[in-house]
Amino acid sequence: MTQALVHEETTEILQLGRSKHARGLWSDAWRRLRKNKAAVVGLIYIGFMILVALFAPWLAPHHPNRIPSDAFSNTPPFWDDGGTWTYPLGTDSLARDYLSRLIYGARISMIVGVIPIVIVVLIGVSYGLISGWLGGRWDNILMRLVDVVYAFPSLLLFIIFQAAFRESWLGRSLGGLTLLFVAFAITGWNGLARLTRGQTMSLRQKEFVIAAQAVGNPSPRIVYRHILPNTLAPIIVAVSFAIPGYILAEASLSFLGIGIRPPTASWGSMVFQSFPIVTFRPIFVIMPSVLIALIMIAFAFVGDGLRDALDPQSNR
Amino acid sequence: MLQYVLRRVLWTIPVLWLVATVTFFLMHSAPGSPWDAKSTGGRQLDARLEASFNRQYGLDEPLIVQYGAYLRNAVTFDFGESFTQRGQTVTEIIGQGFPYSARIGVLALFLAIAIGIPVGIYAALRQNTFGDYASLFVTTISYTLPDFVIAIFLLIVFSVNFGWFPILFTDWRSYILPAVALGTGSAAFIARLTRSSVLEALRDDHVTTARAKGLHNRTVIARHVVRNSLIPVLTVVGPAFAGLVTGTIIIERVFGVPGMGRLFIDSITSRDYPVIMGVTLFYAFIIVMSNLVVDIAYGFVDPRIRTSQ
Repeated sequence: MTQALVHEETTEILQLGRSKHARGLWSDAWRRLRKNKAAVVGLIYIGFMILVALFAPWLAPHHPNRIPSDAFSNTPPFWDDGGTWTYPLGTDSLARDYLSRLIYGARISMIVGVIPIVIVVLIGVSYGLISGWLGGRWDNILMRLVDVVYAFPSLLLFIIFQAAFRESWLGRSLGGLTLLFVAFAITGWNGLARLTRGQTMSLRQKEFVIAAQAVGNPSPRIVYRHILPNTLAPIIVAVSFAIPGYILAEASLSFLGIGIRPPTASWGSMVFQSFPIVTFRPIFVIMPSVLIALIMIAFAFVGDGLRDALDPQSNR
Repeated sequence: MLQYVLRRVLWTIPVLWLVATVTFFLMHSAPGSPWDAKSTGGRQLDARLEASFNRQYGLDEPLIVQYGAYLRNAVTFDFGESFTQRGQTVTEIIGQGFPYSARIGVLALFLAIAIGIPVGIYAALRQNTFGDYASLFVTTISYTLPDFVIAIFLLIVFSVNFGWFPILFTDWRSYILPAVALGTGSAAFIARLTRSSVLEALRDDHVTTARAKGLHNRTVIARHVVRNSLIPVLTVVGPAFAGLVTGTIIIERVFGVPGMGRLFIDSITSRDYPVIMGVTLFYAFIIVMSNLVVDIAYGFVDPRIRTSQ
């Protein structure tokens, strides 16, 4: 009996040891993130919006840009007098189905959250790695450029960019999306470059990097295999805060009438188009605004959760 | 210290130069001209008239000559005349719009500080209680909500539904909602910063000492905790102000304020080059200056900053 007990204990210890061993930084972080209720709610909401964006053509009851022959403009949603179930959330000033436009608007927000950040990460992280690894005079020159770009107010640059290229082929392609991508990429990389550079500077003093150098690894290999993986955690946190920034920038520019081009529907441009009738049908302004607000809050929850999960020492 | 200040001041010159250069070439690389039907709102000008306008405003010269002339004039704060509002200089136009934006910006900053700091102190002193969590939740939401969404909700609730504030821009009451919309995010940011800063100060040795001396809790908090914890908070006031100044671009649109933001957007749709350039430079100047003030103030407060760069 004692033997059995001992046996049980040892297997328990062994299992404990194994499970500890299997827990790396990432699975640990994932476990902490899952415990954070707000972050989970945010993740679910973002996942839901991604699905809406992907399946928009199947979900939307009508074509988002086509004007139906039987519809009136500015019909109210179904719960108001004069609303119909054919157009559940009413029609806009051009008689287009509002629900369908809201559904297609999710596509713009999601894509604006994805494409620019990929470009920004590629440029910013490489730049930071190179600058931090080279150090010295090169680092000094590269970082001055970052400082100058950083000092340029990004909203101003977005607006000027839109003003300059809106009527060119660049501004016309993809309903104005391409120009937004370019503008976001040009202004966005410097923050990540700074962050990665700082991480690289401190990592290159670490023993494992010096050891890797001592056994004769070439620099690109050390940077790629040893430094980059160790900078990922703060980069991921920074990215999770940058994505809602781009979604908001698109919405703001579209609200000013210089973002997404008509007839493409985006939540920001829907606020812009419905704004003149805000006293008459405030609900048309409220609906896209609420969607913008919700996606921003969802990303903030996830960002906060990721920061806590990846950096448990950070005190808030 | 003098060297540090000088270096900071000199650093603003290349930044402003870059802003001017980038804006200039972006504007002029744009297809179309200020005399197109699109820019003037439907009127296509006669070719001869267009040529004479181009001559009058120097648009027929090589780009590099225009650029040189522009920089020369900009140094003396001469930004030229508006294309659309004939006979008005850019400086005059900015002078008309800026006071509106500045009033909103200053009022928003005042609100942000007056609300943010007390809320942050309150949350820190009641750490991990219901009050702390509630304020943390509210600040997270308000920091996350976009300015213009807050603005739209304020407009719909207080102007459209209750009718407490005018919908169009009329009198002093028209400043209140824009300032609240603009200041909410900054208030939340300042509250969170104050909270973490106060929490840090509470754990400091000198606070323990003050308590050990037998000082009243109130005295300890007011003299030793709050005062020390406000230093990092003051440093965000500069960037906050800069953010508020550009933030008004969007807010002014919602509330129909005839400020710089509306001017800027109008000048862009009508391709009024001198106004676009002037307003951009003016915005950049304000932002650079508020960062400069913060950097210098920080240098005074924290000697480590001066020597490390």
